[in-house]
Amino acid sequence: MNGRLPPWLLVVLLVLLYLLHNDIWFWSDARIVAGLPVGMVYHIVYCFAATGMMALLVKHAWPSHVDDDEESDG
Amino acid sequence: MTTLAIIIVYLVMVLLVGSLSHRLSRGTGEDYFVASRSIGPFFLLMSLFGTNMTAFAILGGSGEGYHKGIGVFALMPSISALVIPVVFFFIGTRVWALGKRHGYYTQIQFFRDRWNSNILGLLLFVVSVALLIPYLLIGVMGGGITLHNITAKAVPEWVGAVLVTGVVFAYVCFGGMRGTAWANAFQTLVFMVLGATTLFIIVHKMGGLSGAIAKVQATHPELLQRGPARPGGKSLISPVRMLTYTCIPLSVGMFPHMFMHWLTAERAAAFKKPLILYPLCIAAVWIPSVLLGIFGAAEFEGLKGPAANYVLIRMIAKHAPTALAGLLCAGVFAAIMSSLDSQALSLGSMFTHDIVRHYGFHDRMSEKQQILFGRIFVFAVLALTFVLAQVTNRSIFRLGVWCFTGFAAMFPVVLAALFWRRSTKVGAIASVATVIVLWTFFFTKGWTNPAYTVGGTGVMPVVVILGASAAAMVVGSLVSRPPEATTVSKFFRD
Repeated sequence: MNGRLPPWLLVVLLVLLYLLHNDIWFWSDARIVAGLPVGMVYHIVYCFAATGMMALLVKHAWPSHVDDDEESDG
Repeated sequence: MTTLAIIIVYLVMVLLVGSLSHRLSRGTGEDYFVASRSIGPFFLLMSLFGTNMTAFAILGGSGEGYHKGIGVFALMPSISALVIPVVFFFIGTRVWALGKRHGYYTQIQFFRDRWNSNILGLLLFVVSVALLIPYLLIGVMGGGITLHNITAKAVPEWVGAVLVTGVVFAYVCFGGMRGTAWANAFQTLVFMVLGATTLFIIVHKMGGLSGAIAKVQATHPELLQRGPARPGGKSLISPVRMLTYTCIPLSVGMFPHMFMHWLTAERAAAFKKPLILYPLCIAAVWIPSVLLGIFGAAEFEGLKGPAANYVLIRMIAKHAPTALAGLLCAGVFAAIMSSLDSQALSLGSMFTHDIVRHYGFHDRMSEKQQILFGRIFVFAVLALTFVLAQVTNRSIFRLGVWCFTGFAAMFPVVLAALFWRRSTKVGAIASVATVIVLWTFFFTKGWTNPAYTVGGTGVMPVVVILGASAAAMVVGSLVSRPPEATTVSKFFRD
């Protein structure tokens, strides 16, 4: 274990996040949460989750051959 | 006139920022078109984000919010917050590495080289220009109409269009890509800060957030959810539509101007912070845009169709004091120009390298000639766009989503180029040809009906075109001869 998440787990997380985008459970829910409609709050939180997902990809799945290119050309 | 004065001061500031970058110019083609591949993480983030946030996002987002409510935030920005940085991660970083290794300036150079095909290069050139020109038109017309509305129709639309195209031409012409990146960074910060300020001021004038929401609840409760507000009513946005709309942001993988910005990165690691911060930037810009459109529905009744695209300007004119209205209008200009500059430069670069340099000079062109032709074509593209903007109907705004559809449907081309060694030029040409045929078919059906979906099922045409384009790529590649090993080894390292 080198501290990196396995690729399959990152794929699962990415697919899960994609599926969670279609929040049919809030479709007809007009409740106000934190001052805004819950359907909008959900998608604002979703943007933060996307940031988290990107941080995981950058940390654990960075395409190393791209860095190799940089070193060999530099 | 105060408003106009503030906007002119703002435009002078943009020119100053753009012209400062000129001092770092190295006088080479690589410097003019891709800033000598020297752009760091901050400018890369601001360029990538600013380029993608267009008049379509700022004005169109609030206009859609006016009609469709909160579902617009889910439909466009929140899925873009995931798909766009993922495309940058998988596609952008690899394109950057290949661009650096082989010295590419344009997307066409890459595809032509990848499959050894001039025909494919020409085909992609024609399709990309045809899809990009309407996108530029949206920006130029947006500038004209914004100034016209914010000054209570005292300033004719052509004046705003002249200001936008003139200023963009000045800093793109002299500053090239570095000028574009610097001006983009400045303008992106301006429209992000002013967007939040606009929301704060207008919400305050409407009695706070709870007051503004209460007004919408009283007048248009359906805008605060996606499903029907009353039993037996219709959903403003269907789940199928939202699911299939998730394909639209794939368009960034094939935008020539995004491709060009990827090539500017100083190193691969420069992508890391922009990838992580991109979703938050999207939220920062779209939350004010969509909310102000929804709040506008409670203040301005009965705006039909594209008329709602200016609800944001109306809200600013109604609630903000004159001086602030000028600043906020400058924010809209910032969003428009930060896209227009990259689009114009990428088209100028494509005409210079993919047509004149490749066919006229057989890929031998001096540095000075490259810059000269680049400037001539940037001028020609902007001049043509300005003229077209004067004679084109405002319904051009509807073209926005069709432009995205076309570019998104060509996504299998870039995917195969980077990840599928067995892909061939026959597959790539078949894929682009399929997009041309099906896009034209659906466009003729959907142009007069903005709510058009395939067979009324809620499925966006992009899904069908994308699926067919991918199938054409696979079948076309498998039935043709495998590519030469020497070609494959140029692009894939074992």
